[in-house]
Amino acid sequence: MSEPGRKILVSLRVNGSDIECAIVPSKTLLEVLREDLGLTGTKHGCELGHCGACTVLIDGQPTLACLTLTLECEGREIRTIEGLAGDGELHPLQQAFVETGAAQCGYCTGGILMTASALLERKADPSDQEIRSALAGNLCRCTGYVKIIDAVALAARRMNGAA
Amino acid sequence: MDDLRRVSTATNPDSEAYGFTPDRPVTTIAIPAPPTRPEKPEGLSVVGKSLPKVDAYVKVTGSLKYADDIVLARTVFGRMVRSPHAHARIERVNVERARALPGVVAVVTGDEIPVLYGHLPSSPDETALAIDKVRYVGEPVVAVIAEDELTAEEALELVEVEYEPLDSVMSIEDGLRDDLNKIHEDSRKRANIHKEVHLEFGPVAEGFAGADRIFEDEYFFDGNTHAPLEQHSVLANCELDGKITIWSSTQNPHYLHRVMASVLGMPASRLRIVACPVGGGFGAKTDVFNHEVVAAYASRKLGRPVKFTLTREEVFYAHRGRHPVLMKLRTGVLRDGTITAVKLDTWLDGGAFSSYGVASTYYTGALLPVTYKIPAFTFNGVRVFTNKPPCGPKRGHGTPQPRFAFECQLDKIADELGLDAAEYRRRIAVEPYSTTANQLRITSCGLDQCIEAVNTRGGYSAKHGKLPYGKGIGIAASAYITGAGMPIYRNAMPHSGAIVKVDRSGGVTVFCGVSDCGQGSTHMLATVVAEALGVDIMDVQVFMADTDLTPVDLGSYSSRVTFMAGNAARYAAESVREKLAAVAGPKLGIPPERCGFARRRVFDRDDPGHGLPLLEVFQLAEAHYGTLAGVGSYTPPEGIKGDFKGAGVGPSPAYTYSACVAEVDVDAETGEVRVERIVLAHDCGRALNPAVVEGQIEGSVYMALGEILMERSEYRGDLHKYPNLLEYKTLMSVDMPVIETIIIETDDIEGPYGAKEVGQGALLPVIPAVANAVADAVGVRINANPLTPWAVLKALEEKRTASKAGHASGAASREGAELP
Repeated sequence: MSEPGRKILVSLRVNGSDIECAIVPSKTLLEVLREDLGLTGTKHGCELGHCGACTVLIDGQPTLACLTLTLECEGREIRTIEGLAGDGELHPLQQAFVETGAAQCGYCTGGILMTASALLERKADPSDQEIRSALAGNLCRCTGYVKIIDAVALAARRMNGAA
Repeated sequence: MDDLRRVSTATNPDSEAYGFTPDRPVTTIAIPAPPTRPEKPEGLSVVGKSLPKVDAYVKVTGSLKYADDIVLARTVFGRMVRSPHAHARIERVNVERARALPGVVAVVTGDEIPVLYGHLPSSPDETALAIDKVRYVGEPVVAVIAEDELTAEEALELVEVEYEPLDSVMSIEDGLRDDLNKIHEDSRKRANIHKEVHLEFGPVAEGFAGADRIFEDEYFFDGNTHAPLEQHSVLANCELDGKITIWSSTQNPHYLHRVMASVLGMPASRLRIVACPVGGGFGAKTDVFNHEVVAAYASRKLGRPVKFTLTREEVFYAHRGRHPVLMKLRTGVLRDGTITAVKLDTWLDGGAFSSYGVASTYYTGALLPVTYKIPAFTFNGVRVFTNKPPCGPKRGHGTPQPRFAFECQLDKIADELGLDAAEYRRRIAVEPYSTTANQLRITSCGLDQCIEAVNTRGGYSAKHGKLPYGKGIGIAASAYITGAGMPIYRNAMPHSGAIVKVDRSGGVTVFCGVSDCGQGSTHMLATVVAEALGVDIMDVQVFMADTDLTPVDLGSYSSRVTFMAGNAARYAAESVREKLAAVAGPKLGIPPERCGFARRRVFDRDDPGHGLPLLEVFQLAEAHYGTLAGVGSYTPPEGIKGDFKGAGVGPSPAYTYSACVAEVDVDAETGEVRVERIVLAHDCGRALNPAVVEGQIEGSVYMALGEILMERSEYRGDLHKYPNLLEYKTLMSVDMPVIETIIIETDDIEGPYGAKEVGQGALLPVIPAVANAVADAVGVRINANPLTPWAVLKALEEKRTASKAGHASGAASREGAELP
């Protein structure tokens, strides 16, 4: 195998579990999540940081996994779409996406949910404009964003006990 | 015979220039009176409700497996060396150094897979890898397969290809020149012409002779691409017994199956195609792609699973996107606006291969007469080959371009004749149960209601011409097919088939060959079956798009899925329902035909309180009949097609209608166009799930706004200017206007529960509505898309210059759009 292929061991904390795996140091977090850990819910749309499909949370911050080296993530809390639902229950955002029909092909959905979940952590009652701004880095080619924005607003209302 | 509209054809004086004389008999098409379709007498319990999609849960949890998510042990990975030249002869290929790289398991060259293929059986001109010459920058030449992607990538650098560059053909004008190299040397057509189409219907010369005014304008619609978020991906696995399974991000597993069997030279029964859930299609994944063929071939060679996933840059080269089309449109009208004749000439920039091009060419003309009353129509279309990635079908296939031209010209006609553009459109709208000049059969039609609805909600008539400078409002309308009436290869078999299985568990399973590219076909099948059998929608399991498991369906294209696969699934479910009723009726002491099915119960329609649990009925029926399953198929009806050459493109079992009002804010200083509000009404027959219908309309609006405001496949010399998602500008969440959707229901007599289509038709009116709103805002008509700030400023400058020089402002058109 070619030279940059020498693997090293890294310790990662993903969706609340500690994982040790051997990786090629040049691998991005996106590649390690999908190829080494089998967490294929995180998607690739460009691998250049343009589309937002690979968004995960690192220490609660929405981060593009395609531009993040795995080595940078040691000791940090990584959360992917597979870790958004807890205790067998959908996250209110997931529930709202189901009910409003915010997922069409579903390919951008994981990244958008992660971005939106960070928004709602930061701001419990975001305005329409704040939702749009938060999602400005997530490309969706199916929905025109209408039902996505509706769903985020619905989830926010529910999390505040208003709906 | 009075109720039959007579369609006559006459000789086109202009057609002699092409050496073509139409020789067709006068044809009549009988329009049947609406048959009385047995409705579900007990009422609908699933259809019409905005239930969550059955496949929404796997999508929001990240557990749905798209093609690239599938992992098999011992998979090897492929990459392709692509041409750096737009047009060149391949002089020499040396793969020895690549082959010698540790980790490389195979290198494949074009001569190994020489069979020509093409989506349309009439125009096969592609090979899996280039042989002898390359025809666009990005065309695959050599494939490398390695233990990992990194090694394959490294090996690409070691492949040596020597080229002898040829003149490149990069525009429609180039494609018509006789002095440039031919892209396809064996073509019998002159220059780089791929396809010529000449059609004429009705008394065109008389129509123009009798017109009070004739409007003639030139329009240019630039090309753009689908940019689905998921990059194309394929995994092929040849088992040791020689059987190959191919998991692909394809919209059309059936056509892929046929082509693959022929290219690999093996029986289709030894080849299994599984269309994975597609992460966005819009037409991007309807063709057979190089990487699909190479993956299958290499897997057979290696006996290992082979995966190819395109990079985003490669997706731009795979393309098959919107054709750039140059159009000359001539319309004759009476003083009151009544259309007397239309002549449309189109020139399509097809890119390097045929793909769907023959159909695309016809589509630039075929659907024009489906929206308004046009008694006489002549159409000439020319598609040229160019040294660019091949164009193909994108949402609306071939029709957004002429719809843009026609609706913009209609707006100009209304302006000059002093007509209200909304009322004018209503007056000339086609009527339900009529026949068009080009012999297309129109059944249900809600065009008038659509225009009225958007005008009422959007306030077009009240606001047009009265808003302050910089603010504008525009209107447009359109029509689209609900499925192509003809299959791509000639045959008399059904277009769609379904099997519905019911068993003692209470579960229902539907098997159908159609794929889901995100538009909701999985949910549509569950809806139709749940409605017919009275089960909860979550009781229905859906198996789709697997050539081993599911009956043939032609694919997710031409807006055919709900109508065709929906009908097939409904018929299959109804045949099971008959058996269920036959055992439930005697048990309830009623005739079987009085059984109602809803909410997991079978009951007496005359006394709904008297019934049985559905589970019990399933078990009784299984005990009585044995294994319970029903099959259904759908074939479009006879008599929807004319009898002339080219009549195969355009016929559809039903047409949908849309109208749109757009409000814009144009900054005359910067040229920026901001769309503030879109009101869109769409006649989808019947909304099986209103939320899904709205979602399709909103997505159509989004894609249309991209096409009119910013999206463009642009070339610098021979190179795609920006094959990436950063510079290929698309609308993001912050750019979207308010969208108000209005669903018009016309209950089509042949659609499943009255449904037609919604995925594509709703895109069409948005593009010209925005252009017409810009004309209202700043007083210039821009006859080309996209309306970038640069284009708007240029048009405003031209207007200023013209008015200084004392001329009336002329239409701004594309630079250098001189017609041959």
